[in-house]
Amino acid sequence: MTPLLEVRNVNKRFGGLLAVSDVSFILNKGEILGLIGPNGAGKTTLFNVVNGVHRCDAGAIALNGRDITGMSPDKVVRLGLARTHQIVQPLNNMSVLENVTVGACFGRERLGLKAARAVAREVLEQVGMDSRANTPARFLTLAGKKRLEVARALAANPTLLLLDEVLAGLNPTEIAQMIELVRSIRDRGIAVFMIEHLMQAVMNLSDRIVVLNFGQKLAEGRPAEVANDPMVIQAYLGDPDIVEKLKDRN
Amino acid sequence: MILRRPFFWLILIFAAAFIYFPVHSHDVPLREDLVLVAIAIILASNLNLMIGYTGYVNFGHIVFYGLGGYIGLYLVSVRGWNLVLAALTAGLAVSLCALVFGLGILRLRGAYFALATIGVLEAVKAFVANFNPWGRSTGMYLSFEAYQTLGGAMRALWIDYYLIVGVMALSLILSLSIKISKFGLGLFAIRENEDAATVLGVNTTVYKAIIYSLSAFLPAVAGALVFYKNAMIDPFVAFEFMLSLEGIVMLMLGGQGSVTGAALGAAMYERLRSTLLTSPKLSDFHLVIAGGLLLIVVLFAPGGLIGWLYRLVPRSREVIE
Amino acid sequence: MIDGLLIGSIYGLAAMGLSLIWGVMNVINLTHGATIALGMFGIYLLYTATGASPYLLLLPVIGGGLILGIVVYWVAIHWVIGRPMLMSLLSTFAINMMIIGTGTAVWSTSPYNVNFNLPGVTVGKYTFTGNHIAAASAAVVIAWALQLFLYHTRPGKAIRAVADNREAAELMGISSTAVLAIAFGIGIALAAASGALVSTLFPFTILSGAVYQLKSFVVTVLAGLGKPFGALVAGVLLGLLEGVVTPFIAVSWIPLIEFGLFVVVLVAFPRGIFGRITA
Repeated sequence: MTPLLEVRNVNKRFGGLLAVSDVSFILNKGEILGLIGPNGAGKTTLFNVVNGVHRCDAGAIALNGRDITGMSPDKVVRLGLARTHQIVQPLNNMSVLENVTVGACFGRERLGLKAARAVAREVLEQVGMDSRANTPARFLTLAGKKRLEVARALAANPTLLLLDEVLAGLNPTEIAQMIELVRSIRDRGIAVFMIEHLMQAVMNLSDRIVVLNFGQKLAEGRPAEVANDPMVIQAYLGDPDIVEKLKDRN
Repeated sequence: MILRRPFFWLILIFAAAFIYFPVHSHDVPLREDLVLVAIAIILASNLNLMIGYTGYVNFGHIVFYGLGGYIGLYLVSVRGWNLVLAALTAGLAVSLCALVFGLGILRLRGAYFALATIGVLEAVKAFVANFNPWGRSTGMYLSFEAYQTLGGAMRALWIDYYLIVGVMALSLILSLSIKISKFGLGLFAIRENEDAATVLGVNTTVYKAIIYSLSAFLPAVAGALVFYKNAMIDPFVAFEFMLSLEGIVMLMLGGQGSVTGAALGAAMYERLRSTLLTSPKLSDFHLVIAGGLLLIVVLFAPGGLIGWLYRLVPRSREVIE
Repeated sequence: MIDGLLIGSIYGLAAMGLSLIWGVMNVINLTHGATIALGMFGIYLLYTATGASPYLLLLPVIGGGLILGIVVYWVAIHWVIGRPMLMSLLSTFAINMMIIGTGTAVWSTSPYNVNFNLPGVTVGKYTFTGNHIAAASAAVVIAWALQLFLYHTRPGKAIRAVADNREAAELMGISSTAVLAIAFGIGIALAAASGALVSTLFPFTILSGAVYQLKSFVVTVLAGLGKPFGALVAGVLLGLLEGVVTPFIAVSWIPLIEFGLFVVVLVAFPRGIFGRITA
């Protein structure tokens, strides 16, 4: 079965810094793949390369078997890969509904304005923001803005959703709600590739995990495997029993 | 679907008023006053497409108008073309140039783009001032026969006026239709956050090039029509930097991003300018007053008149485009 | 050609003011041309009143420029610092309109002159007007003084700190508002100084500043913004270019060459010819 996303030997350099170094992994249809690693490990850069914001210096990326290496972000969305940002990027002076409509208009389906608005309303209902449809985006709380990012990406009808630290800055209630949302997205058949620092969430949500450190892939596998990997522990987790401890807390 | 918008019919009525009143009373001075307002509205509303809709500040907007004027006058006066054909050709030619230039300079953001547009304006002015077929720095005069083809100077000028009002109506209709379209939504997304817009699937390179080129078309056509009326053109009146800036002032005054705002700001500023320039005491202070007004708007009401109205009466957002 | 070099140093001086303001607070100062013209008139007024050497009168003009700059900062810039750049472009432009408007009302558009002539210097078969040499020397002296100020005094270092990273500078206890006001004042003072020097070379009106403003844009972009000394060098280069080209091409082509170069550099070298692209 062709993996949904295949990343092979990707390199990305910024001047003297090799931000992503010979990284390869796959992501299967319908799975949640976690991406973890210390700050500065190159996670967001990897996202940027996958979705076309940066061109990789070497390597290849394939979405559903189709080569998307070097494709610009707007074309990548049309092929079914949508993404949220670590620092939220709302379209501030537009309403929540208009924001999501943009996602629907220019996503995989290239809908007309009326159809896009209908899709947008549906998506807003699914994420629970329909009551705030006419609020200008700049008046939302951080949690609201993060939810809006996700809604906007969902409106593009993606097969793969890239979430960049979607839990950062949220309080425990908001985190629980967002985790529920991510699960419901996967339940609808959309694969999720998520960067997260919150170990508990990542370990519980992800089907598999990729670990990055200094731009290189340290490990790839099921959460338990990764958590027990001595290299990962040494570089990042610190505690060999972390998986057990996290499971208990859950 | 645009026909269902009440605002569309408002535009038509507005344009009709421009024609009805001076014709009804055969009032040439009134026509001359109104034509200045119409020209201001054409320039401001097309500039609005770049500044208000897309968020790209074009400081050299007047270059389209001036080039259109030159091409139009040349075709009519030297080549004996029909006015309408010449004006349309001028519009198309300038849009095409804008497309080509735009692809180059639209890679720049913010202030760099603004400066590049000034560079383009000044470069074109300098080029035209050296261009022999167009009279270099003395410019060109309209040949005497040019008015005869339309039945003499008086009749020609009335026809020219109708055409200018038509272009004004088209400018407003263009603004409205873009605003309510998917293309417009993409432009607004670019204005709000260009990088996010790309990630959301908007082909920003193509969109920017298209709107830049579109924003050139009607001002170029208008330029051809206006300089036909003026019967002469030279690089200094065609490419007056001040006019470019006044376009921006009009947008700020009325409220950038809204169709009504552009028209309102243009009309208000034009009336203010005319009043000041014709009053013997105040004419020197036209710049001072205009500058002061601009400063007040920028500091206290950057959304302009319409922005202020939207804040005062939120429901007005849905009615006034 | 040497004349071009000498004029170029004035272009550079003018551009330095623009570049400094741009680099420190990301504001493109559209009052630049008007303040250059004010510098011209400043010298004219002081010279007709006192008869002292214009080069001495540079000092009060620079002082006046500094004060004017601080006032303009408070009126037009301070309130729009955080906002999109269009706002500061427009607010400075508004002030520009007001200055030009008042200037036209007071001085009309007939040319003025500062009749002060230094003896020329003759080397071989070339004669260099004394005024040109003095102006260029003054420009270099001022630039050198600016260098000393920015790199060897506390306020100067504060300005560079704010230019580099405003938040960090504030965290270090630097009042960024004061720094920005002073930096703006210095930028205006530089513009006024260049205008003052020009007044000794050519006849002028309140509108004469516009040409220098455009040249300042070209120079600043060539040098890469925020690099005042690059601006001085680029200004000299521009002057040289003009001097070299003039004998061969009609003067009317020069704006085309300059603006063509301007647009090309903007598009092709976003950090200026001297800038390095750091990824």
